[in-house]
Amino acid sequence: MTHILLRHRDIPDINKIDVYKKNGGFQVFEDAVKKMKPEEVTAIVKDSGLRGRGGAGFPTGMKWGFMDNNNWPHYVVANADESEPGTFKDRELMESNPFQFLEGVAISSYAVGANAAYVYLRGEFWEVAAFLDEKIEEMEKAGYLGEKLFGSDYSLKIYTHLGAGAYICGEETALLESLEGKRGQPRVRPPFPPSFGLYGKPTVVNNVETLTNVPLILEKGADWYKSMGTADSAGVKVFSLSGRVRKPGNYELPFGATFRELIYEHGGGILDGRPVKAIMAAGASSSLIDVDDKALDTPMDYASVRDLGADLGSASVIVIDDTISIDWVINKTIHFFKHESCGKCTPCREGNYWMQSVIERIRSDEGTPEDVELLQNVAKQMQNKCLCALGEFATMAVVTGIERFPQDFKLPVRK
Amino acid sequence: MSLVEKYPKEVEKILAKYPPEQKRSAVMPLLYMAQREEGFVDRHAMQDIAALVDITETEVASLIGFYTLYHDKPEGALRIQVCTDLPCALRGADKFLADLCEKLEIEPGGTTADGLITVEPVMCLAACDKAPMFQTQGSDGIKYHENMTVETTMELIEGFKKEVK
Repeated sequence: MTHILLRHRDIPDINKIDVYKKNGGFQVFEDAVKKMKPEEVTAIVKDSGLRGRGGAGFPTGMKWGFMDNNNWPHYVVANADESEPGTFKDRELMESNPFQFLEGVAISSYAVGANAAYVYLRGEFWEVAAFLDEKIEEMEKAGYLGEKLFGSDYSLKIYTHLGAGAYICGEETALLESLEGKRGQPRVRPPFPPSFGLYGKPTVVNNVETLTNVPLILEKGADWYKSMGTADSAGVKVFSLSGRVRKPGNYELPFGATFRELIYEHGGGILDGRPVKAIMAAGASSSLIDVDDKALDTPMDYASVRDLGADLGSASVIVIDDTISIDWVINKTIHFFKHESCGKCTPCREGNYWMQSVIERIRSDEGTPEDVELLQNVAKQMQNKCLCALGEFATMAVVTGIERFPQDFKLPVRK
Repeated sequence: MSLVEKYPKEVEKILAKYPPEQKRSAVMPLLYMAQREEGFVDRHAMQDIAALVDITETEVASLIGFYTLYHDKPEGALRIQVCTDLPCALRGADKFLADLCEKLEIEPGGTTADGLITVEPVMCLAACDKAPMFQTQGSDGIKYHENMTVETTMELIEGFKKEVK
Protein backbone atom coordinates (compact mmCIF):
# COMPACT_ATOMS: atom_id res chain seq x y z
CA MET A 1 0.00 0.00 0.00
CA THR A 2 0.98 3.63 -0.28
CA HIS A 3 1.74 5.13 3.08
CA ILE A 4 0.07 8.26 4.39
CA LEU A 5 2.14 8.66 7.57
CA LEU A 6 5.22 6.50 7.04
CA ARG A 7 5.64 8.18 3.64
CA HIS A 8 9.41 7.94 3.83
CA ARG A 9 9.00 4.26 3.01
CA ASP A 10 7.66 5.24 -0.44
CA ILE A 11 9.50 8.53 -1.01
CA PRO A 12 13.21 8.42 -0.22
CA ASP A 13 14.70 11.54 1.39
CA ILE A 14 11.32 13.05 2.27
CA ASN A 15 13.09 14.35 5.39
CA LYS A 16 14.88 16.81 3.09
CA ILE A 17 12.96 20.03 2.62
CA ASP A 18 13.21 20.22 -1.18
CA VAL A 19 12.01 16.63 -1.55
CA TYR A 20 9.11 17.32 0.80
CA LYS A 21 8.21 20.45 -1.18
CA LYS A 22 8.43 18.60 -4.49
CA ASN A 23 5.84 16.19 -3.13
CA GLY A 24 3.37 18.94 -2.39
CA GLY A 25 4.73 19.84 1.03
CA PHE A 26 3.63 23.07 2.74
CA GLN A 27 1.14 23.84 -0.03
CA VAL A 28 -1.90 23.21 2.17
CA PHE A 29 -0.44 25.24 5.01
CA GLU A 30 0.13 28.15 2.66
CA ASP A 31 -3.34 27.80 1.14
CA ALA A 32 -4.93 27.61 4.59
CA VAL A 33 -3.21 30.76 5.82
CA LYS A 34 -3.96 32.65 2.59
CA LYS A 35 -7.44 31.47 1.77
CA MET A 36 -9.14 29.78 4.70
CA LYS A 37 -10.55 30.93 8.00
CA PRO A 38 -9.17 29.05 11.01
CA GLU A 39 -12.59 27.59 11.78
CA GLU A 40 -12.84 26.20 8.25
CA VAL A 41 -9.65 24.22 8.87
CA THR A 42 -11.04 22.89 12.15
CA ALA A 43 -14.29 21.93 10.42
CA ILE A 44 -12.46 19.74 7.88
CA VAL A 45 -10.48 17.98 10.59
CA LYS A 46 -13.67 17.47 12.60
CA ASP A 47 -15.45 16.06 9.55
CA SER A 48 -12.56 13.69 8.78
CA GLY A 49 -13.24 11.71 11.96
CA LEU A 50 -9.57 12.00 13.03
CA ARG A 51 -9.15 10.86 16.63
CA GLY A 52 -6.19 11.37 18.94
CA ARG A 53 -3.46 8.78 18.35
CA GLY A 54 -1.81 9.09 21.75
CA GLY A 55 -4.14 6.53 23.27
CA ALA A 56 -7.31 8.28 24.38
CA GLY A 57 -8.85 8.48 20.90
CA PHE A 58 -10.53 11.83 21.49
CA PRO A 59 -11.89 13.53 18.31
CA THR A 60 -9.17 15.98 17.25
CA GLY A 61 -11.31 18.62 15.51
CA MET A 62 -13.66 18.71 18.49
CA LYS A 63 -10.71 19.39 20.79
CA TRP A 64 -9.59 22.29 18.59
CA GLY A 65 -13.13 23.63 18.67
CA PHE A 66 -13.07 23.78 22.49
CA MET A 67 -10.42 26.53 22.58
CA ASP A 68 -11.58 29.47 24.66
CA ASN A 69 -11.66 32.49 22.36
CA ASN A 70 -12.01 34.97 25.21
CA ASN A 71 -8.58 34.18 26.62
CA TRP A 72 -5.33 34.79 24.71
CA PRO A 73 -2.64 33.90 23.69
CA HIS A 74 -3.32 30.35 22.53
CA TYR A 75 -0.72 27.58 22.37
CA VAL A 76 -0.27 24.32 20.52
CA VAL A 77 1.79 21.59 22.16
CA ALA A 78 2.81 18.45 20.30
CA ASN A 79 3.07 15.51 22.65
CA ALA A 80 6.27 13.67 21.68
CA ASP A 81 6.80 12.13 25.09
CA GLU A 82 6.27 8.62 23.67
CA SER A 83 6.99 6.42 26.70
CA GLU A 84 4.42 3.64 26.83
CA PRO A 85 6.27 0.31 26.74
CA GLY A 86 5.53 -1.06 23.28
CA THR A 87 5.14 2.33 21.55
CA PHE A 88 7.80 3.52 19.12
CA LYS A 89 5.93 5.15 16.24
CA ASP A 90 6.36 8.87 16.95
CA ARG A 91 10.12 8.62 16.91
CA GLU A 92 10.09 7.07 13.42
CA LEU A 93 7.67 9.74 12.18
CA MET A 94 9.79 12.60 13.52
CA GLU A 95 13.08 11.16 12.29
CA SER A 96 11.92 10.08 8.87
CA ASN A 97 8.97 12.29 7.92
CA PRO A 98 9.63 15.40 10.05
CA PHE A 99 8.21 18.05 7.75
CA GLN A 100 4.81 16.42 7.49
CA PHE A 101 4.65 16.38 11.29
CA LEU A 102 5.85 19.99 11.57
CA GLU A 103 3.40 21.09 8.87
CA GLY A 104 0.70 19.41 10.96
CA VAL A 105 1.85 21.45 13.96
CA ALA A 106 1.75 24.60 11.83
CA ILE A 107 -1.74 23.92 10.45
CA SER A 108 -3.16 23.15 13.88
CA SER A 109 -1.56 26.32 15.23
CA TYR A 110 -3.23 28.35 12.49
CA ALA A 111 -6.56 26.63 13.16
CA VAL A 112 -6.56 27.60 16.84
CA GLY A 113 -4.84 30.97 16.44
CA ALA A 114 -1.60 30.04 18.19
CA ASN A 115 1.54 32.02 17.39
CA ALA A 116 3.81 29.71 19.38
CA ALA A 117 3.92 25.93 19.41
CA TYR A 118 6.08 23.64 21.51
CA VAL A 119 7.13 20.10 20.65
CA TYR A 120 7.62 18.36 24.00
CA LEU A 121 9.93 15.40 23.46
CA ARG A 122 10.93 12.86 26.07
CA GLY A 123 14.48 13.60 27.23
CA GLU A 124 15.78 10.38 25.73
CA PHE A 125 14.88 11.78 22.26
CA TRP A 126 17.85 14.14 22.55
CA GLU A 127 19.06 13.38 19.03
CA VAL A 128 15.55 13.68 17.59
CA ALA A 129 15.14 17.13 19.18
CA ALA A 130 18.43 18.32 17.69
CA PHE A 131 17.31 16.99 14.31
CA LEU A 132 13.93 18.75 14.56
CA ASP A 133 15.70 21.99 15.52
CA GLU A 134 17.56 21.82 12.21
CA LYS A 135 14.34 21.16 10.32
CA ILE A 136 12.58 24.05 12.05
CA GLU A 137 15.44 26.34 11.07
CA GLU A 138 15.16 25.21 7.45
CA MET A 139 11.44 26.00 7.54
CA GLU A 140 12.17 29.45 8.95
CA LYS A 141 14.70 30.13 6.20
CA ALA A 142 12.23 28.97 3.55
CA GLY A 143 9.54 31.30 4.92
CA TYR A 144 7.20 28.66 6.36
CA LEU A 145 7.72 29.79 9.94
CA GLY A 146 8.27 33.29 11.31
CA GLU A 147 6.60 36.68 11.10
CA LYS A 148 3.72 37.53 8.75
CA LEU A 149 3.67 34.29 6.82
CA PHE A 150 2.87 34.32 3.11
CA GLY A 151 2.10 38.04 3.27
CA SER A 152 -0.65 37.55 5.86
CA ASP A 153 -0.85 38.84 9.43
CA TYR A 154 -0.28 35.36 10.80
CA SER A 155 3.02 34.61 12.59
CA LEU A 156 4.24 31.32 14.02
CA LYS A 157 7.28 30.01 15.87
CA ILE A 158 7.85 26.35 16.73
CA TYR A 159 10.17 25.34 19.58
CA THR A 160 11.35 21.97 20.84
CA HIS A 161 11.50 21.26 24.55
CA LEU A 162 13.10 18.18 26.11
CA GLY A 163 11.65 16.36 29.08
CA ALA A 164 14.03 14.41 31.29
CA GLY A 165 12.75 10.90 31.81
CA ALA A 166 9.23 10.60 33.24
CA TYR A 167 6.47 8.47 31.67
CA ILE A 168 3.85 10.55 33.45
CA CYS A 169 4.68 13.56 31.26
CA GLY A 170 2.81 11.87 28.43
CA GLU A 171 -0.35 12.75 30.37
CA GLU A 172 -1.25 16.12 28.93
CA THR A 173 -1.59 18.15 32.12
CA ALA A 174 1.59 16.63 33.61
CA LEU A 175 3.30 17.51 30.34
CA LEU A 176 2.17 21.12 30.67
CA GLU A 177 3.45 21.28 34.25
CA SER A 178 6.77 19.93 33.06
CA LEU A 179 6.91 22.43 30.21
CA GLU A 180 6.36 25.15 32.79
CA GLY A 181 9.50 23.94 34.59
CA LYS A 182 7.79 21.99 37.35
CA ARG A 183 7.68 18.36 38.37
CA GLY A 184 5.43 16.52 35.92
CA GLN A 185 2.40 15.84 38.06
CA PRO A 186 -1.11 15.82 36.59
CA ARG A 187 -3.51 18.66 37.32
CA VAL A 188 -7.05 18.34 38.57
CA ARG A 189 -9.39 18.36 35.58
CA PRO A 190 -11.59 20.19 34.68
CA PRO A 191 -10.54 22.74 33.59
CA PHE A 192 -9.11 21.01 30.52
CA PRO A 193 -6.20 22.45 28.51
CA PRO A 194 -8.36 24.13 25.81
CA SER A 195 -9.56 26.48 28.56
CA PHE A 196 -6.62 26.31 31.01
CA GLY A 197 -3.42 24.95 29.50
CA LEU A 198 0.15 26.14 29.17
CA TYR A 199 0.76 29.15 31.48
CA GLY A 200 -2.98 29.03 32.21
CA LYS A 201 -3.79 29.84 28.59
CA PRO A 202 -5.95 27.86 26.14
CA THR A 203 -3.83 25.05 24.72
CA VAL A 204 -4.30 22.19 22.32
CA VAL A 205 -2.17 19.14 23.12
CA ASN A 206 -1.97 16.63 20.27
CA ASN A 207 0.09 13.51 19.72
CA VAL A 208 2.76 13.47 16.99
CA GLU A 209 0.96 10.89 14.86
CA THR A 210 -2.33 12.79 15.12
CA LEU A 211 -0.71 15.95 13.80
CA THR A 212 1.13 14.08 11.04
CA ASN A 213 -2.27 13.10 9.61
CA VAL A 214 -3.42 16.69 9.26
CA PRO A 215 -1.62 17.94 6.10
CA LEU A 216 -2.96 15.13 3.91
CA ILE A 217 -6.46 15.42 5.36
CA LEU A 218 -6.47 19.05 4.31
CA GLU A 219 -4.99 18.28 0.92
CA LYS A 220 -7.27 15.39 -0.01
CA GLY A 221 -10.36 16.11 2.05
CA ALA A 222 -12.35 14.61 4.88
CA ASP A 223 -14.22 12.16 2.62
CA TRP A 224 -10.97 10.71 1.31
CA TYR A 225 -9.77 10.17 4.87
CA LYS A 226 -13.05 8.64 6.00
CA SER A 227 -12.98 6.23 3.08
CA MET A 228 -10.25 4.37 4.99
CA GLY A 229 -10.71 2.57 8.28
CA THR A 230 -14.06 1.87 9.91
CA ALA A 231 -17.11 3.98 10.78
CA ASP A 232 -15.98 4.42 14.39
CA SER A 233 -12.25 4.69 13.66
CA ALA A 234 -11.55 6.65 10.49
CA GLY A 235 -8.31 6.57 8.57
CA VAL A 236 -5.01 4.82 9.09
CA LYS A 237 -2.92 4.00 12.15
CA VAL A 238 0.69 3.18 12.76
CA PHE A 239 0.69 -0.10 14.66
CA SER A 240 3.83 -0.68 16.72
CA LEU A 241 4.33 -4.44 16.78
CA SER A 242 6.70 -5.87 19.39
CA GLY A 243 7.32 -8.93 21.53
CA ARG A 244 7.64 -12.51 20.34
CA VAL A 245 7.16 -11.89 16.61
CA ARG A 246 9.67 -12.50 13.84
CA LYS A 247 9.54 -9.00 12.40
CA PRO A 248 8.76 -6.38 15.04
CA GLY A 249 8.34 -2.85 13.75
CA ASN A 250 5.91 -0.15 12.74
CA TYR A 251 3.19 -1.03 10.28
CA GLU A 252 0.78 1.51 8.87
CA LEU A 253 -2.61 -0.08 8.22
CA PRO A 254 -6.18 1.12 7.99
CA PHE A 255 -8.17 0.75 11.18
CA GLY A 256 -10.06 -2.51 11.02
CA ALA A 257 -7.17 -4.70 9.89
CA THR A 258 -7.12 -7.80 12.08
CA PHE A 259 -4.57 -8.86 14.68
CA ARG A 260 -3.94 -11.92 12.52
CA GLU A 261 -3.04 -9.78 9.51
CA LEU A 262 -0.68 -7.62 11.59
CA ILE A 263 1.04 -10.49 13.35
CA TYR A 264 1.25 -13.08 10.56
CA GLU A 265 1.24 -11.14 7.28
CA HIS A 266 3.33 -8.18 8.40
CA GLY A 267 5.07 -9.43 11.52
CA GLY A 268 6.10 -12.74 9.95
CA GLY A 269 4.42 -14.84 12.67
CA ILE A 270 5.73 -15.94 16.04
CA LEU A 271 9.33 -16.83 16.92
CA ASP A 272 9.97 -20.59 16.61
CA GLY A 273 6.44 -20.99 15.22
CA ARG A 274 4.85 -20.97 18.68
CA PRO A 275 1.18 -20.07 19.21
CA VAL A 276 0.09 -16.62 20.44
CA LYS A 277 -0.98 -16.79 24.06
CA ALA A 278 -1.83 -13.18 24.87
CA ILE A 279 -1.89 -9.76 23.24
CA MET A 280 -1.49 -6.37 24.86
CA ALA A 281 -2.95 -4.00 22.27
CA ALA A 282 -2.19 -0.73 24.06
CA GLY A 283 1.27 -1.35 25.48
CA ALA A 284 2.00 -2.06 29.12
CA SER A 285 -1.20 -0.35 30.24
CA SER A 286 -3.32 -2.90 28.35
CA SER A 287 -5.74 -5.45 29.52
CA LEU A 288 -4.40 -8.84 28.50
CA ILE A 289 -6.36 -10.40 25.66
CA ASP A 290 -6.65 -14.18 25.99
CA VAL A 291 -5.98 -15.15 22.40
CA ASP A 292 -8.05 -17.63 20.39
CA ASP A 293 -9.07 -17.60 16.71
CA LYS A 294 -11.85 -15.14 17.39
CA ALA A 295 -9.44 -12.70 19.02
CA LEU A 296 -6.95 -13.03 16.16
CA ASP A 297 -9.68 -12.26 13.64
CA THR A 298 -10.87 -9.19 15.52
CA PRO A 299 -10.58 -5.94 13.57
CA MET A 300 -8.24 -3.48 15.21
CA ASP A 301 -10.50 -0.49 15.74
CA TYR A 302 -11.52 1.22 18.96
CA ALA A 303 -14.94 -0.43 19.28
CA SER A 304 -14.01 -3.99 18.29
CA VAL A 305 -11.03 -4.20 20.65
CA ARG A 306 -13.25 -2.90 23.45
CA ASP A 307 -15.61 -5.81 22.76
CA LEU A 308 -12.70 -8.13 23.60
CA GLY A 309 -12.47 -6.55 27.04
CA ALA A 310 -9.44 -4.43 26.19
CA ASP A 311 -8.52 -1.14 24.55
CA LEU A 312 -6.68 -0.24 21.36
CA GLY A 313 -5.09 2.84 22.95
CA SER A 314 -1.99 3.87 21.02
CA ALA A 315 -2.05 0.55 19.11
CA SER A 316 1.18 -0.73 20.61
CA VAL A 317 0.67 -4.41 20.06
CA ILE A 318 2.84 -6.54 22.35
CA VAL A 319 2.66 -10.21 21.43
CA ILE A 320 3.18 -12.88 24.08
CA ASP A 321 3.63 -16.53 23.12
CA ASP A 322 3.07 -19.73 25.10
CA THR A 323 6.65 -19.83 26.42
CA ILE A 324 5.88 -16.84 28.65
CA SER A 325 4.10 -17.03 31.99
CA ILE A 326 1.69 -14.21 32.78
CA ASP A 327 2.97 -13.74 36.35
CA TRP A 328 6.30 -12.74 34.75
CA VAL A 329 4.47 -10.30 32.47
CA ILE A 330 2.66 -8.51 35.25
CA ASN A 331 5.83 -8.45 37.35
CA LYS A 332 7.33 -6.38 34.52
CA THR A 333 4.34 -4.03 34.18
CA ILE A 334 4.08 -3.50 37.96
CA HIS A 335 7.76 -2.58 38.20
CA PHE A 336 7.30 -0.11 35.38
CA PHE A 337 4.31 1.67 36.88
CA LYS A 338 5.75 1.63 40.38
CA HIS A 339 8.81 3.43 39.02
CA GLU A 340 6.75 5.88 36.97
CA SER A 341 4.04 6.79 39.48
CA CYS A 342 4.50 10.51 40.08
CA GLY A 343 3.49 10.18 43.72
CA LYS A 344 0.68 12.71 43.69
CA CYS A 345 -2.29 10.41 44.33
CA THR A 346 -2.07 8.04 47.27
CA PRO A 347 -3.80 4.98 45.70
CA CYS A 348 -1.31 4.95 42.80
CA ARG A 349 1.79 5.80 44.81
CA GLU A 350 1.11 3.29 47.60
CA GLY A 351 -0.81 0.73 45.55
CA ASN A 352 1.98 0.22 43.04
CA TYR A 353 4.51 -0.11 45.84
CA TRP A 354 2.34 -2.70 47.52
CA MET A 355 1.65 -4.60 44.30
CA GLN A 356 5.37 -4.83 43.69
CA SER A 357 6.10 -6.45 47.02
CA VAL A 358 3.21 -8.91 46.58
CA ILE A 359 4.16 -9.94 43.02
CA GLU A 360 7.75 -10.43 44.14
CA ARG A 361 6.52 -12.74 46.90
CA ILE A 362 4.28 -14.61 44.47
CA ARG A 363 7.27 -15.21 42.22
CA SER A 364 9.45 -16.34 45.11
CA ASP A 365 9.18 -19.66 46.91
CA GLU A 366 6.96 -18.16 49.56
CA GLY A 367 3.88 -17.16 47.57
CA THR A 368 0.46 -18.49 48.55
CA PRO A 369 -3.00 -18.44 46.92
CA GLU A 370 -3.90 -15.67 49.38
CA ASP A 371 -1.18 -13.49 47.89
CA VAL A 372 -2.81 -13.77 44.48
CA GLU A 373 -6.14 -12.71 45.99
CA LEU A 374 -4.40 -9.85 47.80
CA LEU A 375 -2.77 -8.64 44.60
CA GLN A 376 -6.10 -8.68 42.78
CA ASN A 377 -7.69 -6.86 45.70
CA VAL A 378 -5.06 -4.10 45.84
CA ALA A 379 -5.31 -3.57 42.08
CA LYS A 380 -9.09 -3.25 42.17
CA GLN A 381 -8.93 -0.80 45.05
CA MET A 382 -6.66 1.48 43.07
CA GLN A 383 -9.18 1.82 40.24
CA ASN A 384 -11.24 5.00 39.76
CA LYS A 385 -9.42 6.83 42.52
CA CYS A 386 -6.65 8.82 40.83
CA LEU A 387 -6.39 12.13 39.05
CA CYS A 388 -4.96 10.65 35.88
CA ALA A 389 -5.09 7.37 34.03
CA LEU A 390 -1.75 6.02 35.30
CA GLY A 391 -3.43 4.74 38.44
CA GLU A 392 -5.78 2.81 36.18
CA PHE A 393 -3.18 1.68 33.68
CA ALA A 394 -1.11 0.08 36.41
CA THR A 395 -3.94 -2.29 37.28
CA MET A 396 -5.15 -3.42 33.85
CA ALA A 397 -2.65 -6.21 33.21
CA VAL A 398 -2.79 -7.31 36.84
CA VAL A 399 -6.55 -7.68 37.06
CA THR A 400 -7.04 -9.23 33.61
CA GLY A 401 -3.91 -11.37 33.93
CA ILE A 402 -5.15 -13.06 37.10
CA GLU A 403 -8.73 -13.34 35.81
CA ARG A 404 -7.97 -14.59 32.33
CA PHE A 405 -4.86 -16.71 32.98
CA PRO A 406 -5.54 -18.33 36.39
CA GLN A 407 -3.37 -21.32 35.43
CA ASP A 408 -0.30 -19.07 35.64
CA PHE A 409 -1.09 -18.12 39.24
CA LYS A 410 -1.58 -21.56 40.78
CA LEU A 411 0.41 -21.54 44.00
CA PRO A 412 0.64 -24.22 46.67
CA VAL A 413 -1.30 -23.75 49.89
CA ARG A 414 1.25 -23.38 52.70
CA LYS A 415 0.89 -23.69 56.42
CA MET B 1 32.50 30.26 37.04
CA SER B 2 28.75 30.61 36.84
CA LEU B 3 26.69 29.08 34.03
CA VAL B 4 26.02 32.49 32.49
CA GLU B 5 29.73 33.29 32.46
CA LYS B 6 30.54 29.93 30.98
CA TYR B 7 27.82 29.71 28.33
CA PRO B 8 26.43 33.26 27.89
CA LYS B 9 25.07 32.81 24.35
CA GLU B 10 23.49 29.47 25.05
CA VAL B 11 21.75 30.68 28.22
CA GLU B 12 20.34 33.59 26.27
CA LYS B 13 19.15 31.28 23.50
CA ILE B 14 17.43 28.96 25.97
CA LEU B 15 15.66 31.80 27.78
CA ALA B 16 14.44 33.23 24.44
CA LYS B 17 12.37 30.10 23.79
CA TYR B 18 9.85 31.02 26.48
CA PRO B 19 7.78 34.13 27.22
CA PRO B 20 9.88 36.55 29.34
CA GLU B 21 7.49 36.26 32.29
CA GLN B 22 7.67 32.43 32.11
CA LYS B 23 11.38 31.87 32.36
CA ARG B 24 10.91 29.03 34.82
CA SER B 25 10.29 26.87 31.72
CA ALA B 26 14.00 27.20 30.98
CA VAL B 27 14.95 25.21 34.07
CA MET B 28 15.00 21.83 32.26
CA PRO B 29 17.33 22.82 29.39
CA LEU B 30 19.52 24.67 31.89
CA LEU B 31 19.85 21.52 33.99
CA TYR B 32 21.03 19.57 30.94
CA MET B 33 23.59 22.27 30.30
CA ALA B 34 24.78 22.25 33.91
CA GLN B 35 25.49 18.52 33.96
CA ARG B 36 27.14 18.43 30.54
CA GLU B 37 30.74 18.48 31.73
CA GLU B 38 30.74 16.52 34.95
CA GLY B 39 27.73 14.30 34.38
CA PHE B 40 25.89 15.69 37.39
CA VAL B 41 24.52 18.97 38.71
CA ASP B 42 26.50 20.35 41.62
CA ARG B 43 25.35 22.73 44.33
CA HIS B 44 26.75 25.83 42.63
CA ALA B 45 24.95 25.08 39.39
CA MET B 46 21.71 24.55 41.31
CA GLN B 47 22.11 27.99 42.87
CA ASP B 48 22.92 29.52 39.46
CA ILE B 49 19.86 28.00 37.85
CA ALA B 50 17.60 28.97 40.73
CA ALA B 51 18.73 32.60 40.37
CA LEU B 52 18.42 32.55 36.57
CA VAL B 53 14.80 31.41 36.52
CA ASP B 54 13.78 32.92 39.82
CA ILE B 55 12.85 29.84 41.84
CA THR B 56 14.36 28.40 45.02
CA GLU B 57 17.30 26.03 45.11
CA THR B 58 15.04 23.47 46.79
CA GLU B 59 12.71 23.56 43.79
CA VAL B 60 15.64 22.95 41.46
CA ALA B 61 16.76 20.02 43.61
CA SER B 62 13.26 18.54 43.56
CA LEU B 63 13.35 18.52 39.75
CA ILE B 64 16.65 16.67 39.76
CA GLY B 65 15.07 14.11 42.05
CA PHE B 66 11.89 13.77 39.98
CA TYR B 67 13.38 13.33 36.51
CA THR B 68 15.57 10.30 35.92
CA LEU B 69 17.96 11.92 33.42
CA TYR B 70 19.29 14.45 35.93
CA HIS B 71 21.91 13.37 38.42
CA ASP B 72 23.15 14.95 41.62
CA LYS B 73 26.25 12.83 42.09
CA PRO B 74 29.05 11.64 39.84
CA GLU B 75 28.96 8.16 38.28
CA GLY B 76 30.80 6.65 35.31
CA ALA B 77 31.79 9.08 32.58
CA LEU B 78 29.59 7.01 30.27
CA ARG B 79 26.26 5.70 31.50
CA ILE B 80 24.93 2.70 29.63
CA GLN B 81 21.19 2.62 30.27
CA VAL B 82 19.66 -0.65 29.18
CA CYS B 83 15.92 -0.92 28.59
CA THR B 84 14.60 -4.02 30.36
CA ASP B 85 10.90 -3.27 30.10
CA LEU B 86 8.39 -5.84 28.91
CA PRO B 87 8.79 -5.65 25.10
CA CYS B 88 12.60 -5.60 25.30
CA ALA B 89 12.59 -8.33 27.96
CA LEU B 90 10.51 -10.50 25.60
CA ARG B 91 13.50 -10.25 23.26
CA GLY B 92 16.26 -11.06 25.73
CA ALA B 93 17.04 -7.72 27.38
CA ASP B 94 17.34 -9.15 30.90
CA LYS B 95 19.91 -11.70 29.75
CA PHE B 96 21.78 -9.04 27.79
CA LEU B 97 22.02 -6.84 30.89
CA ALA B 98 23.17 -9.73 33.08
CA ASP B 99 25.78 -10.89 30.55
CA LEU B 100 27.11 -7.38 30.02
CA CYS B 101 27.43 -6.78 33.75
CA GLU B 102 29.17 -10.13 34.20
CA LYS B 103 31.64 -9.24 31.45
CA LEU B 104 32.36 -5.88 33.12
CA GLU B 105 32.44 -7.48 36.57
CA ILE B 106 29.84 -5.17 38.06
CA GLU B 107 26.30 -5.45 39.41
CA PRO B 108 23.47 -3.75 37.48
CA GLY B 109 23.55 -0.11 38.57
CA GLY B 110 27.27 -0.35 39.33
CA THR B 111 30.33 1.41 37.95
CA THR B 112 33.51 -0.23 36.64
CA ALA B 113 36.63 -0.10 38.84
CA ASP B 114 38.24 2.52 36.58
CA GLY B 115 35.22 4.76 37.20
CA LEU B 116 34.48 5.05 33.47
CA ILE B 117 31.39 2.97 32.79
CA THR B 118 28.10 2.72 34.68
CA VAL B 119 25.54 0.14 33.55
CA GLU B 120 21.98 0.55 34.77
CA PRO B 121 18.58 -0.86 33.83
CA VAL B 122 16.07 1.84 32.82
CA MET B 123 12.43 2.06 31.84
CA CYS B 124 11.09 1.88 28.27
CA LEU B 125 13.09 3.88 25.70
CA ALA B 126 10.60 3.56 22.82
CA ALA B 127 12.75 1.29 20.69
CA CYS B 128 10.95 -1.98 21.44
CA ASP B 129 11.45 -3.42 17.95
CA LYS B 130 15.24 -3.13 18.17
CA ALA B 131 16.00 -4.93 21.45
CA PRO B 132 18.38 -5.49 23.07
CA MET B 133 19.05 -1.77 23.09
CA PHE B 134 20.35 0.94 25.36
CA GLN B 135 21.08 4.61 25.42
CA THR B 136 24.38 6.14 26.46
CA GLN B 137 24.35 9.30 28.49
CA GLY B 138 27.62 11.21 28.54
CA SER B 139 29.11 14.63 28.04
CA ASP B 140 27.92 14.79 24.41
CA GLY B 141 24.28 14.09 25.24
CA ILE B 142 22.14 11.00 24.82
CA LYS B 143 22.55 8.46 22.04
CA TYR B 144 20.62 5.32 21.10
CA HIS B 145 22.29 2.00 20.35
CA GLU B 146 19.96 -0.64 18.93
CA ASN B 147 20.04 -4.36 18.12
CA MET B 148 23.07 -4.73 20.38
CA THR B 149 25.03 -7.75 21.56
CA VAL B 150 27.54 -7.98 24.40
CA GLU B 151 30.29 -8.08 21.73
CA THR B 152 29.18 -4.90 19.92
CA THR B 153 28.72 -3.21 23.30
CA MET B 154 32.26 -4.11 24.36
CA GLU B 155 33.56 -2.63 21.10
CA LEU B 156 31.69 0.58 21.89
CA ILE B 157 33.16 0.64 25.39
CA GLU B 158 36.70 0.09 24.08
CA GLY B 159 36.20 2.93 21.60
CA PHE B 160 35.01 5.21 24.39
CA LYS B 161 37.97 4.32 26.60
CA LYS B 162 40.42 5.17 23.80
CA GLU B 163 38.68 8.53 23.33
CA VAL B 164 38.94 9.60 26.96
CA LYS B 165 42.59 8.56 27.31
